[in-house]
Amino acid sequence: MKKLLIGNEAVARGLYNGGIGLVSSYPGTPSTEITEFLAKYDDIHSEWAPNEKVAMETAFGASLAGMRSVCAMKHVGLNVAADPLFTLSYTGITGGMVVCVADDPAMHSSQNEQDSRHYAIAAKVPMLEPSDSAEAYAFAKSAFELSEKYDTPVLLRMCTRIAHSQCVVDVGEREAVPMKDYVKQPSKYIMMPGYAKLRHPIVEERTEKLKALAEDCMYNKTEIAEGSEIGIITSGCSYLYVKEVFGDSVSVLKIGMPNPLPEKLIRDFAAKVKKLYVIEELDPIIENHVKTLGIEVTGKSLFSAIGEFSQKTIREAFLKEGVAISDIPEAQGEAPAVPGRPPMMCSGCPHRGMYYTLVKNKITVLGDIGCYTLGAVAPLNALDSTLCMGASVSGIHGFNAARGKETEKKTVAVIGDSTFMHSGMTGLVNIAYNATNSTVIILDNSITGMTGHQQNPTTGYNIKGDPAAAVNLEALCKALGINRVRVVDPYDLKACEEAVLEELAVEEPSVIISRRPCVLLKYVKPKKPLKVDMDKCRGCKKCMKMGCPSISFKEGKARIDNTLCVGCGVCSQLCAFGAIGGNEG
Amino acid sequence: MKTTSVMIVGVGGQGSLLASRLLGTLLTDEGYDVKVSEVHGMSQRGGSVVTYVRYGEKVYSPIVTEGECDYIISFEKLEAARYAGCLRKGGKIIVNTQEIDPMPVITGAAEYPANVLAELKSKGFDVDDFDALTPAMEAGSAKSVNIVLMGHFAKHTEIPKEKWLKALAKVVKPQFLDMNLKAFDLGYKG
Repeated sequence: MKKLLIGNEAVARGLYNGGIGLVSSYPGTPSTEITEFLAKYDDIHSEWAPNEKVAMETAFGASLAGMRSVCAMKHVGLNVAADPLFTLSYTGITGGMVVCVADDPAMHSSQNEQDSRHYAIAAKVPMLEPSDSAEAYAFAKSAFELSEKYDTPVLLRMCTRIAHSQCVVDVGEREAVPMKDYVKQPSKYIMMPGYAKLRHPIVEERTEKLKALAEDCMYNKTEIAEGSEIGIITSGCSYLYVKEVFGDSVSVLKIGMPNPLPEKLIRDFAAKVKKLYVIEELDPIIENHVKTLGIEVTGKSLFSAIGEFSQKTIREAFLKEGVAISDIPEAQGEAPAVPGRPPMMCSGCPHRGMYYTLVKNKITVLGDIGCYTLGAVAPLNALDSTLCMGASVSGIHGFNAARGKETEKKTVAVIGDSTFMHSGMTGLVNIAYNATNSTVIILDNSITGMTGHQQNPTTGYNIKGDPAAAVNLEALCKALGINRVRVVDPYDLKACEEAVLEELAVEEPSVIISRRPCVLLKYVKPKKPLKVDMDKCRGCKKCMKMGCPSISFKEGKARIDNTLCVGCGVCSQLCAFGAIGGNEG
Repeated sequence: MKTTSVMIVGVGGQGSLLASRLLGTLLTDEGYDVKVSEVHGMSQRGGSVVTYVRYGEKVYSPIVTEGECDYIISFEKLEAARYAGCLRKGGKIIVNTQEIDPMPVITGAAEYPANVLAELKSKGFDVDDFDALTPAMEAGSAKSVNIVLMGHFAKHTEIPKEKWLKALAKVVKPQFLDMNLKAFDLGYKG
């Protein structure tokens, strides 16, 4: 049946038809929908894990038990799960195991632009890389068999463009795959030195076998254009851009398995062309491999290691090379210069009241990963740092250890509920154990927000929306060794300020839970929009300091957009003249 | 046949994903090769968003670059101008005249360009501007602006209206179908 699917849905469908039994993941753009689509199938076990390491180890356990299993994550999530990955390479698997990892060239929604192919090379596991949804479906479906045949976890690399682009896919039916028997195999699965020493040579032998596979497999394909002098080795979405520009007029070697890379296939291809190029987004992985084969090739000297490519990138590079390009697009004209439109926190976002309080009191704020990272933008400019999941909590401890009382009184860490579950708890233990008087604010909006509303262990619901055990954050923080734990409503500016100033003043570690659910949650009913009383408004612009997108300034007065305002009332608390109201009762 | 390229642009939260799903479903049903490229994640939070839809006999790239776009469908005035450089010579811009202030305007760091559509027209851009918000309200919700606009765009395509309506029924939830059919109709007439 032919359907229009985004890459991530195609992956999910391929994994489902390939016999998946369990998926465990942590959400992360652009990987999230793989697991969301899998969760729609009731005949497999699906779950959101607290972080990627737990997810991968859960998938490992299922594989050990004989079931085909999957975990999915974004590129930086693989950093978190790198520990199990490297040793899973040694143990191998029982039920086929696929690790989906989605890179984000151009950083549409990420803090760095790392290239996950390095992990495949370093961990010595095979990696597949589709170019569109149709291949994503086919590669995902085949990955379990590859995994079981070679006794290895398989990495499936997506990138933002492929994960979030739709194309027509011919989807088949699910194959029933029985679970394998569980057999105790100490020398395969207990990785202590004596056994691990026995496994390493097996890994090296496996790589040799996979190299042989790379020479002749469904993933790598050669398209020879008779009479063309140009040969291009490419992979992922770069293949699509090459075909968009050149059609069938140049020879192409398309790499669908970036690790391990073939040797003979590349040598044969290079021998057939006069001028060889490698076009790959991010790092020169294929290019360096070609160079180690002693073959002359042009790659990163022409195509950047930064950001995403497009057909325009390819056209411009080859024009520079003096290659004739047909159908060069002609634009109607240049776009006029217009103000930027950066993303921002929503109208009524519960994070805003807490951020306003911190900015008003000139607090140094170590931030974390989530919607609340948007507190960094104007006019709040609230954040001092954002590094990775959990780094606010561990980071403030180091910051205060370095600067002591000077900063303890005016520095906080902010972290969301889901991020705290992911990586914040261990940092909080460190604050208590190694004793800095640090103040951590958990911005608890009762959901994993930025990735599009996934449940987490604090929300009381599982991935299916069924009731689940909910972590009690107050009790948890106390159990981790923090005696001072208090809860405030971020819509109440006075309460926020009292809590922040008191907790910063005390000579012990403390946690403030700033608690109010995300306004975009379906069960949160917006209040009536607020209005500005034009007679009372003095045009002082104080209400605009918190950066609410509902409030604008026209003809010397504040205005509230009634299609955006959800009536949170934070702005009315800022107005000294009582000019904002109108939704009481 | 030549590949046709459409861009659907607007502000995160305006419903461009549903609009692209409608167009993608329709074109697939019509038997075209189709590619749609969306934006998920951070930029959706009130930021500028763009979705590419390309169709034809065989489509490779899912994205649209400078001078390649046949139709820009913009949910907001400023956003039409932002992406105007992508329009090919002879292409068309369909734009909702709604204004949504971006944060630099809210903070006073920039001004909303008052005559931005007139500027485009004076540069020779073919601009079909109309108010999609009023008909959306008439249909029942400001949120149906996306379908009003797609109804307006439908007039510019060779695909018959009833096929659009069939695709619409496939992509919206049954309880919102009547509202969206009305929104589509008002856009088509507008």
